[in-house]
Amino acid sequence: MKWGMVIDLQKCTGCGECVAACKLENNVAIVEPKESEMGRTMLWMDMLTVYEGEYPRLRVRQFPRPCMHCDHPPCTKVCPVRATYKNEEGIVTQIYPQCIGCRYCMAACPYTVKSFNWYKPEWAPGIRETANPDVSVRPVGVVEKCTFCVHRLQKAKEQAKSEGRNLRDGDFQTACAESCPAGAIVFGDLENTSHRVNPLSRSPRATRLLEDLGTEPKVIYLKEVD
Amino acid sequence: MEKAPAAPHPDYDLLRPIENPGKSFYYIVAVLLVIILYTGYVYIRQVYYGLGVTGMAQPVTWGFYIINFVFFIGISHAGTLISAILRLSKAEWRRPITRMAEVITAIVLAIGGLHPILDLGRPDRMTHLFYNGRLQSPLLWDIVSITAYFTASTVYLYIPMIPDIAILRDRGVKPRWLYEFLSWGWQGTEQQHKVLDRAMNILMVVVIPIAVSVHTIISYIFAMTVQPGWHSTIFGPYFVVGAIFSGIAAILVLMIVFRKIFHLERYLKLIHFNYLSVLLLVMSLLWFYFTFSEYLTGYYGHEPNEMRVFWYKFSGAFAPYFWTMVTCNFLLPLILLSNRKTRTIPGILIASISVIIGMWLERLIIVVPSLANPRLSYPTGIYIPSHTEWMLFLGGVSVFILGYMMFARFFPVISVWEIQEGRQESAKTVTERITSYMPDPEPPLAKG
Repeated sequence: MKWGMVIDLQKCTGCGECVAACKLENNVAIVEPKESEMGRTMLWMDMLTVYEGEYPRLRVRQFPRPCMHCDHPPCTKVCPVRATYKNEEGIVTQIYPQCIGCRYCMAACPYTVKSFNWYKPEWAPGIRETANPDVSVRPVGVVEKCTFCVHRLQKAKEQAKSEGRNLRDGDFQTACAESCPAGAIVFGDLENTSHRVNPLSRSPRATRLLEDLGTEPKVIYLKEVD
Repeated sequence: MEKAPAAPHPDYDLLRPIENPGKSFYYIVAVLLVIILYTGYVYIRQVYYGLGVTGMAQPVTWGFYIINFVFFIGISHAGTLISAILRLSKAEWRRPITRMAEVITAIVLAIGGLHPILDLGRPDRMTHLFYNGRLQSPLLWDIVSITAYFTASTVYLYIPMIPDIAILRDRGVKPRWLYEFLSWGWQGTEQQHKVLDRAMNILMVVVIPIAVSVHTIISYIFAMTVQPGWHSTIFGPYFVVGAIFSGIAAILVLMIVFRKIFHLERYLKLIHFNYLSVLLLVMSLLWFYFTFSEYLTGYYGHEPNEMRVFWYKFSGAFAPYFWTMVTCNFLLPLILLSNRKTRTIPGILIASISVIIGMWLERLIIVVPSLANPRLSYPTGIYIPSHTEWMLFLGGVSVFILGYMMFARFFPVISVWEIQEGRQESAKTVTERITSYMPDPEPPLAKG
């Protein structure tokens, strides 16, 4: 099994629903506006804006940016304590109780996807009650990032086991894929030929971010065609 | 036993600060202790609240702590490396310099080595490095090499101190137990001198590769990532050159300071400053050569991400720092030190201070711009160090000054026995050595 994600930029409207869904699903801390201005916003899924060309042919493009879950992750190579590693299903995970907060992985990530808990995360009274019980809340001083909603995978696996069957397609979806109103995000097993991600990932429009670095991301973008 | 009054000693100038410390010593110590205590409070506050009290954010996730780490460790190359090279090459003028240089290493290394801990988000989990450490991570290499360097350089500092400590013990300087204990029963016998020489010879050969490895490995922290501006094969030697460069500048500043306050004009003569400052000039040229090669290669490769960092340094937000660095590290030392008229004590002092500032800026310019310009289309990062970071920097410098003062309070900063040895023997050994360079006399014609 090799989990991967296909993001169709032709379908993506840049609405930001995936960003919000991810934030709620994973109990990602909301920082104060002052902190956010400093660049301490915590987003596992971010919406990046690219300006192409110059006026009057200026074109604004937006694309969602989760963790790329590289097959050759530059971040795991440098971690001094194995607090981040690639598991056997290809997901690059973080072990929060193991992390010493050196932020070497953040410096090494060419996609800049990682966030750091600069302060102890705090939640406003109303939000606290809506927190997702399946996702552990991170302590101060550790690095965090998108996990491909690995807690959902865990749940799906347990469910399948209790029913005495193998994991089926569609048993497990990430929050961003599930929430996307345009159906632009498709998540699944890249090695499963019958799954939808498989033909999509081989589409002639398929591209990966910073492919020339050899990180082999498992997030595949389908280019916009005009 | 009646305490005999200290007998006159030919090198009493070197022992005076230990036997009669002035009052101002205590005032300065008090001021430094206040700064250090406040720094301690600031650090505890950081541990309590988290790294949020610093100016670091995303994407500039490394700041002053890493910059100062590289900077302090760089300064530490002053000592052991320079003194080992001078000893190994039998440079006779080294005698009043080596001790001062080695002390810098020991103290600065202890300070610099602690900096990565200041930078940790979870210092309470530091032990994870030992029982869960990944040897594939350059950070682990650093721990290994810095520990090795610290051990080797403190031993290398201590071993040649033993005869001096014995002099202090024999003169009955207080605290006697300290000198009694540290002199290890040194009596100055021929056998003891032989063992001492042997130990020093081994150590100075061992310490050079360790010192080179330390700064190479520090550069590897950066070079082992794929980030623009960091991923460079030249980084190892570039960092080592920079380290030796800033180290020589630090020795020169300290020599000038001690010459002034301890009145050591008889020992630290113009010739010593002249030789060392020429070495500083050579290192300045070498530094420029490396910097030039590094940026020219980047510029010609013209890789877009590399160029973003390049212009950020050359004409962007970091241009003032970049050009100040070039002035401080290259132009100013070149002008001041290549001219005999300005190669005086004040000129050397200005050049050395400018090199120290320039080398600190170089660390800043290496760490921040690469992080501030991520590859993807994020806004350019901003880094403004907070009060906490400035205080910890000041605290680090204070610990260095205090450490050096404490050393100078209890031990001679110039090796007394080596000076004596130089007076008695070096003329003879140097003559012998030079004679040995000369062509051999013609062999007597075989009688036939």
